[in-house]
Amino acid sequence: MLQIEHLSATVGGKTILKGITLAVNAGEIHAIMGPNGAGKSTLGYVLGGRPGYEVTGGSVSFDGQDLLSKEPHARAAAGLFLGFQYPVEIPGVSNVQFLREALNAQRRARGEEPLSGGEFLRLAREKAALLRMDMEMLKRPVNVGFSGGEKKRAEMVQMGILDPRFAVLDETDSGLDIDALRIVGEGINAIMRKPDKGVLLITHYQRLLDYVKPDRVHVLAHGRIVKSGGPELALLLEEQGYEAVAA
Amino acid sequence: MNAIALPSRKSEAWRYADVDAVAPLWPLPEPERIVVPAGARFDRAIVHDAGGVTQLVLSLGRGATAALHLLNCGGAYSRIELDVTLHEGASFTFGGAQLGRDAETLEIVTTVTHAEPGAFSRQIVRSVLAGQATGTYLGKVAVARGADGTDAAQSVRAMLLDLTATANARPELEIFADDVKCAHGCAIGELDAAGLFYLESRGLAPAQAKQLMLQAFVAEAFAGAADEERLQALALARLGSLV
Repeated sequence: MLQIEHLSATVGGKTILKGITLAVNAGEIHAIMGPNGAGKSTLGYVLGGRPGYEVTGGSVSFDGQDLLSKEPHARAAAGLFLGFQYPVEIPGVSNVQFLREALNAQRRARGEEPLSGGEFLRLAREKAALLRMDMEMLKRPVNVGFSGGEKKRAEMVQMGILDPRFAVLDETDSGLDIDALRIVGEGINAIMRKPDKGVLLITHYQRLLDYVKPDRVHVLAHGRIVKSGGPELALLLEEQGYEAVAA
Repeated sequence: MNAIALPSRKSEAWRYADVDAVAPLWPLPEPERIVVPAGARFDRAIVHDAGGVTQLVLSLGRGATAALHLLNCGGAYSRIELDVTLHEGASFTFGGAQLGRDAETLEIVTTVTHAEPGAFSRQIVRSVLAGQATGTYLGKVAVARGADGTDAAQSVRAMLLDLTATANARPELEIFADDVKCAHGCAIGELDAAGLFYLESRGLAPAQAKQLMLQAFVAEAFAGAADEERLQALALARLGSLV
């Protein structure tokens, strides 16, 4: 489904990704773990198409299409979702307005009928309930005044509404307390654990993987994948640390 | 308010004006004079979309309230001048948005005089400028001797969409009383790149993402207007042609 081959990228002239090769099949959830500065967030941003993250080599194909040649909004319409480590605050723009416009822009790009106001609100209410988020919060400006945990939950509500085929989730577990971690984990399963969907879960810790069981775990260090394995690799990392395992 | 001679850019109030565009309009007609009697309320929304110079002189009686909202957009040269005098306990709110493109020159020039104690004024001006457009706000708040308990604030922000656009902002205070609260804030900036990428990553095309952010930026100026929705809709349509 998502095929990354020999991907290299620079940020501000500095090489961060040094030839990453990785394939996630439909129905699979892969975790990417690694120390700070390994290039995990850069990988997420490169897949999302953030300006300033320059691809210097390799390719990424998504459902057989060249992902890297598409603009960020076209990647979203193709079914890609990027969950941000630090969701951005947009003063004055309500979540409801933003998400309805975003969803309908995606639908139009795919040749589907846009949702009416009523249809959209029903959908939003359902997804907010899934993440135990008060619908009133969705009427407030995007992420403004939200706590760290609320921002991450709001990201998952967005994911539920946009219903992507593939999600790259960048440290969605950071900033969550124990209860919120479980709610977010169950939300990811409910939204993304489907035979025709895939997930790349970027995380520092094993704890989210207790709820979202990965099919494969990769260790990213110094811009390269240095080790891959099954779910047991995450446990080994938690026990022995990156240095011991990745050496 | 009118000088007899055609203004030149040496005059502070016309410093950023397109004086060539003023010449055919000269001499200007007498300004419209509005007197809001003591305790009364006055509301007006102005859509200035065909250029020209509009001058308004407002006098608010004791405890009177006035709210003026303005969308200044379109016309090669479009200038609005407000001269407002507040008597005891009067309250004046002004919200203006200027949305310029091409080589348009848009100006808002205000003088708000707190002539007597306990009056309140709020001015919010938001400008969005594309192309070679110039947007100017010259705003003077004068607090007369003895006008204690004055509460005045000006908030001026401009967003430049192109390197070739220009914003001028000059909030000015002239205070001759002791017990006053006067605040002014001024900022000129560009759209937040991180915010734009965030919106685009959810499926909005770049122009649509910009329009959404700018709509929110401009909305502050129209908050509380009697026909807020109409002003918002007109501003949104105009923003669509700027991004």
